[in-house]
Amino acid sequence: MSAVLPVEETSAAPPSSLLDFWHHFSGNKGAVAGLVVFVFVILCALLAGVLAPHSPIEQYRDALLTPPMWAEGGSARFILGTDDIGRDMLSRLLHGARLSLMIGFVAVLLSMLPGVALGLTAAFFPRLGVLILRLMDVMLALPSLLLAIAVVAILGPGLLNTMLAIAIVAVPSYVRLVRASAMAELTRDYVVASRLAGAGTARLMFNTVLPNCMAPVIVTATLGFSDAILAAAALGFLGLGAQPPTPEWGTMLASARDYIERANWVVTFPGLAILVTVLAINLMGDGLRDALDPRMKKL
Amino acid sequence: MLGFILRRLALVIPTFLGITLLAFSLIHLIPGDPVQVMAGERRLDPAFHAEVLQRLGLDRPLWEQYLAYLWKALHFDLGASFVTHEAVWSEFLKLFPATLELSVCALLLAVVIGVLAGVLAAIKRGSVLDHGVMGLSLTGFSMPIFWWGLLLIMFCSVYMREWAPAWALPVSGRLALEFDIAPRTGFMLIDTWLSGEPGAFKSALSHLVLPSIVLGTVPLAVIARMTRSSMLEVLREDYVRTARAKGLSPSRVVFVHALRNALVPVITVIGLLVGTLLGGAVLTETIFSWPGVGKWLIDAISRRDYPVVQGGILIVATLVIVVNLLVDVMYGFINPRIRHAK
Repeated sequence: MSAVLPVEETSAAPPSSLLDFWHHFSGNKGAVAGLVVFVFVILCALLAGVLAPHSPIEQYRDALLTPPMWAEGGSARFILGTDDIGRDMLSRLLHGARLSLMIGFVAVLLSMLPGVALGLTAAFFPRLGVLILRLMDVMLALPSLLLAIAVVAILGPGLLNTMLAIAIVAVPSYVRLVRASAMAELTRDYVVASRLAGAGTARLMFNTVLPNCMAPVIVTATLGFSDAILAAAALGFLGLGAQPPTPEWGTMLASARDYIERANWVVTFPGLAILVTVLAINLMGDGLRDALDPRMKKL
Repeated sequence: MLGFILRRLALVIPTFLGITLLAFSLIHLIPGDPVQVMAGERRLDPAFHAEVLQRLGLDRPLWEQYLAYLWKALHFDLGASFVTHEAVWSEFLKLFPATLELSVCALLLAVVIGVLAGVLAAIKRGSVLDHGVMGLSLTGFSMPIFWWGLLLIMFCSVYMREWAPAWALPVSGRLALEFDIAPRTGFMLIDTWLSGEPGAFKSALSHLVLPSIVLGTVPLAVIARMTRSSMLEVLREDYVRTARAKGLSPSRVVFVHALRNALVPVITVIGLLVGTLLGGAVLTETIFSWPGVGKWLIDAISRRDYPVVQGGILIVATLVIVVNLLVDVMYGFINPRIRHAK
């Protein structure tokens, strides 16, 4: 059998596929801007420990609700001001970037891996596939935020459970996507050839078919990343996500309503951080989609 | 057509059963059995515990319990709230009009502005207007709506009150406190209209503005993007060129010939948005103290009122399934190609 294993004769594999991708991607100004902002957020998250002037949870009792430094009554000690119990906003936002990115990353990973595996299984084993698809239909029938809330209601609030809930909610989209693209690939000649050459099911699934389904998966993962950040912030805002004093952006907004009239910076900055990050990722996702998967362009 | 509807219906049944299974297992997945959950922190006398288990039928095998649950659910018996001891279904019926009223207004806003913006962007492709619409819609799509709500409240309750008090919009509840309107339909706009009390209708309408904007933002963004891309596709079709060649006015070509076909995919998206609306209602209602289903569910979770959580989830999911079914059927009416596809 080993004698007939395909010698990956992809002959004219374009040597510059990465360059080609960059050419397409960089043609989209919005996507590049998104990338720049996203890299900036990543740097903030990585360097939060160094950049943050204060501890994110230390309470300065002498400086409750200090305005930002450019506003009247503000000081350079707290550049973006302090919240209701005297914690430095800037430090909390920087550490919040760390949390939001982690939530996005973990949630995407935890939804993509099972989603891809289930999607491939559904494509390769049609009978099992029907069952899997019906199960996904059930999950899709619930609005994703409500499903996440239901999962948190079972597991209890908290950061880890937030990530789990968001991941579970996102699984169906990967399953449907991978199944659909894998089904399309299965009819192609190269898959038939590989099968005839004696490739086993597992090899066909993961080595032959999967790489050709990856483009839409990467795009979905990017958009899933921003969805996860939004959902985590929403759960935090509702008091079901990360619990205080964790400096999660949504959690920071949970009590902000009480200070709307007195301290607009408590309301403005965490939301702005969420919006800018999510917008950057979505811009990047649009560019990725156009560059990687022209078929999805019109969506 | 009937065959098409029946085929779709047959697909819905397993999904509905799955949803009931999910709602049923919810209460069994929570650590501790339901009786302990009901008792909360209190310690339970074991004899009493066993008695309650038996009375509620919780000592029977799980499949028997599930069938009993399903039977009751099919008769709209979803149990009673731990907190108010009122039937979950009747609580839902009382609150649902508030959510429906809000969602309909939000959707209306989203469809009217979204379709218009999408069409304009498509006609003026590549222009500043197009880029503006696309940029704004991506921003709307990325918006954490609870923060958007807070910003609007901040703007209306703080700044507008200073600059233009007459234009300051109310930021919480459905009606000003000075009005006492007997609920007839549950829809505040209709009830205040019927009551004939001067100013009540205006008050109800003004309470709807901000929540509708907040809830409508994401659907608006999605509809604008969808309309634009679908319109661009349709504008390339031969029949549009023919219509132009016939000498029809540009607005007639766009709004009569092209838009009708461009709206077909948009309708599907609107169907899919019902889930987004109901999810968004949870956040919007929480911010604006809107007494609807979303706030009810969140309150139930924080009070550990599991029958309400269970029932609410079942109802909302069923609602989404039914709406999607209706959209599918409507789609079949509009587009015969779908109806006849095997």
